[in-house]
Amino acid sequence: MQSSEHLDLTFAALADPTRRAILARLATGEATVTELAEPFEMSQPAISKHLKVLERAGLISMDVDAQRRPRKLEPKRLEEAVDWIERYREIFEQNYQRLDALLEALQTKPSRRERTKK
Amino acid sequence: MPKPAEVTLPSDREVRVTRTFNAPRQLVWDAHTKPELLQKWQGYDGWDMPVRDMDVRVGGKYKWRWRSREDGKQFGFSGTFTEVIVPSKIVHEQYYDQGDMDFAMPVGDPCIVSLELSEQNGVTTLVCNLKFASKEARDDAVSTGMTDGMEYSYTRLDDTFKAAA
Repeated sequence: MQSSEHLDLTFAALADPTRRAILARLATGEATVTELAEPFEMSQPAISKHLKVLERAGLISMDVDAQRRPRKLEPKRLEEAVDWIERYREIFEQNYQRLDALLEALQTKPSRRERTKK
Repeated sequence: MPKPAEVTLPSDREVRVTRTFNAPRQLVWDAHTKPELLQKWQGYDGWDMPVRDMDVRVGGKYKWRWRSREDGKQFGFSGTFTEVIVPSKIVHEQYYDQGDMDFAMPVGDPCIVSLELSEQNGVTTLVCNLKFASKEARDDAVSTGMTDGMEYSYTRLDDTFKAAA
């Protein structure tokens, strides 16, 4: 399923601290490979490998500017992954808020508790 | 005020939900295992829970069904309990019961749900782990038609990506 593949690539891309740091840097603006490699003690080919993973996941894209070829963040794919988890969490949280209310009711009515105690 | 639920993804086919409750563990256990309590909190806005059969013991079965107040359509889950340690652990299979819904999940291996409860100083921690049969099953589970606000269409998303490409 197409969207399932998107999620897999996104999560795999995010499961690496260097790639997360690259995304954080690109969130502040586009940057070239040289600029991105600077904070890491890593060769440019090594950084390029990470960039390929991020590109394949659709999380970054290359601005076709002949001389510099900077990379930029593509927020939509990241939002998709975040939204997916958030939807899941909301489903559970709605139930658990109702459970909170039930647990409170069970604890503030001692006579009712006596009847349901086994 | 309890902290909201936290969701993590321990593997590519699991979802883990952790939540604390300001209540003794026995009460949280009861809320998960007694049908008359379960139907008061488990479900979806706009849906009633007409079927909530629970035989909470190893080898016992359960069956849950929800019915929409809007159009009467039903769906649910059912399965067998494979581990029951009162009041700290339940493990059960979870098969999706399509009922009247358009949404289908691939029939095959069930999702394995495990619930673990622990208590400290009157606060109970619940860890709910769902292990799906596959990555796709896990991802599809989010898009089951539930409350109106939660309804999500992968088709629409695919179209959005195609349009953006």
